[in-house]
Amino acid sequence: MLKIANLSAWYGHSHILQGISLEVKRGEIVTLIGRNGAGKTTTLRSIMGLVPKRQGSVVFDGAEILSEPAHKRFHRGLAYVPEERRIVPGLSVLENLRLGIIGSASRSKENERIDVIAETFPRLKQRLTQEAITMSGGEQQMLAIARAMMAEPQMILLDEPSEGIMPILVDEMFELFRTMKAAGTTIMLVEQNVELALGISDRAYIMDQGEIVYHDTAAALLADKAMQERYCAV
Amino acid sequence: MSGLTLELLLLQIVTGVALGSVFVLLAIGLSLIFGMLTIVNFAHGAFYMVGAYMGVFLYGLTKNFWICLVLVPLAVGTIGLVVERFLVRPLYGRNIDDPLLLTFGLGYVFIESIRILFGLNGIPFSTPAGLRGAVDIGIGYFPLYRLFLIGATGMLVLGLWLFIEKTKFGLIIRAGARDPEILKVLGIDVSKIWLLVFGIGTGIAGLSGILAAPLQAVTPEMGIPVLAEAFVVTVVGGMGSLIGAVTAGLMVGIVVAMTSLFMPEMAKVSIFLLMALVLLVRPQGLFGRAGLMG
Ligand SMILES: Nc1ncnc2c1ncn2[C@@H]1O[C@H](COP(=O)(O)OP(=O)(O)OP(=O)(O)O)[C@@H](O)[C@H]1O
Ligand SMILES: [Mg+2]
Repeated sequence: MLKIANLSAWYGHSHILQGISLEVKRGEIVTLIGRNGAGKTTTLRSIMGLVPKRQGSVVFDGAEILSEPAHKRFHRGLAYVPEERRIVPGLSVLENLRLGIIGSASRSKENERIDVIAETFPRLKQRLTQEAITMSGGEQQMLAIARAMMAEPQMILLDEPSEGIMPILVDEMFELFRTMKAAGTTIMLVEQNVELALGISDRAYIMDQGEIVYHDTAAALLADKAMQERYCAV
Repeated sequence: MSGLTLELLLLQIVTGVALGSVFVLLAIGLSLIFGMLTIVNFAHGAFYMVGAYMGVFLYGLTKNFWICLVLVPLAVGTIGLVVERFLVRPLYGRNIDDPLLLTFGLGYVFIESIRILFGLNGIPFSTPAGLRGAVDIGIGYFPLYRLFLIGATGMLVLGLWLFIEKTKFGLIIRAGARDPEILKVLGIDVSKIWLLVFGIGTGIAGLSGILAAPLQAVTPEMGIPVLAEAFVVTVVGGMGSLIGAVTAGLMVGIVVAMTSLFMPEMAKVSIFLLMALVLLVRPQGLFGRAGLMG
């Protein structure tokens, strides 16, 4: 589904990603973990086409997309939920959801999709007319995920979805990821909540200082406490 | 002040509203472009002037004011599209001074081109047949054309509001004014949206030009003072706010009309005093950042 080879990325003159390679197969959940500043967000942003200077190869669904703008990557079925969630202020929950589909080829299915999403996210269903940024952090995160799912992406990139969210919502969210996987969505997850993330993942990569330093099955890494502590202690 | 009656005062207020209508139209276009593209369009007055000349030219061809009222904004908006695509777009992401200097210079290019094409002297634009004369509005006789101007502005504002609040494209505009990056991630080609918004903003400037033409002589320099006034209105109302542009435009119109009545020598200065006063109390303008284009 997604294959990255020797990907480098820069912010201005700082060389952030040092030629990373990784792969996510169709239907998998793959977790990317690493310390603060390791380059996880930069990796996701590069996959989505939001880092202006990059080099190497990003193949999605069989096509090289390295130099494609972000909006074209969306149309290939790639969705991204940024770390800051980016709920648009001044818009209602419903309007934020609509934004998730009005740019897509399936925009005629808008109402149908809103109904489906409202069933999947009951917390949002009750708040459709509320101004979105007045919701709690957890609800906003749910909205960000729901918005990204509106156009039925093939693969979704999630940047620290559990950050700053109360535990009960986190459990609900991870249950949701399982459901999404079961429905055929490929997921790439960046998480600080390592055990929980590995618990639902197939495989995992560890990143440090802009490089991939380790990768294995999630089960193996879950058992390897020493490895986890070495690279994931915050 | 012995001749001052309530009727006269009210008539002067209506005159202010008519004057304010032109300010509203100009400020809406300026504010829309700023709200979306964060570009202060210094050529806005020149687009207005080009609209007036386009009106003169097309009226000569068609002899029909109503057709001109449709064609002029389309033509000026098309010039706007070309300007955005080939001149403004390369400057996105650069220093914010760059688009400012570009549009400032472009304004003078427009003025010079018009001087070459139409000459240095003003051209009169007679009030269209059917809108001449005055009508009794209860408090006295008022020029029909100015009433028409108020009505036309009201309809345009209503139309634009519906467009921004009720259509899909309007939703994209509202979101894009706040967070263009999230639009890209959601599959929207933001550069196309910016192009269209610049076209709409300049098209409205052109429309204000032809609407204002019967009130004054059409000259190559007519956009210069108007640009300053439109800026005052936009700053008073709050950059990027539609409701702000409307409120401030009417306020400025009424203030100018009132000072012309009581202290004619202060008429030109009054709007800048108003601006200073508003900025002292609310630096972001009356409706600034309350919700872009909301
Ligand atoms: N816009 C930017 N401009 C310059 N440097 C940046 C920018 N964004 C990130 N960086 C730098 O790139 C490096 C990697 O940052 P990144 O956000 O990818 O890390 P991360 O692994 O997501 O960290 P965290 O766990 O804190 O979210 C850091 O050193 C950071 O300072
Ligand atoms: Mg990060």
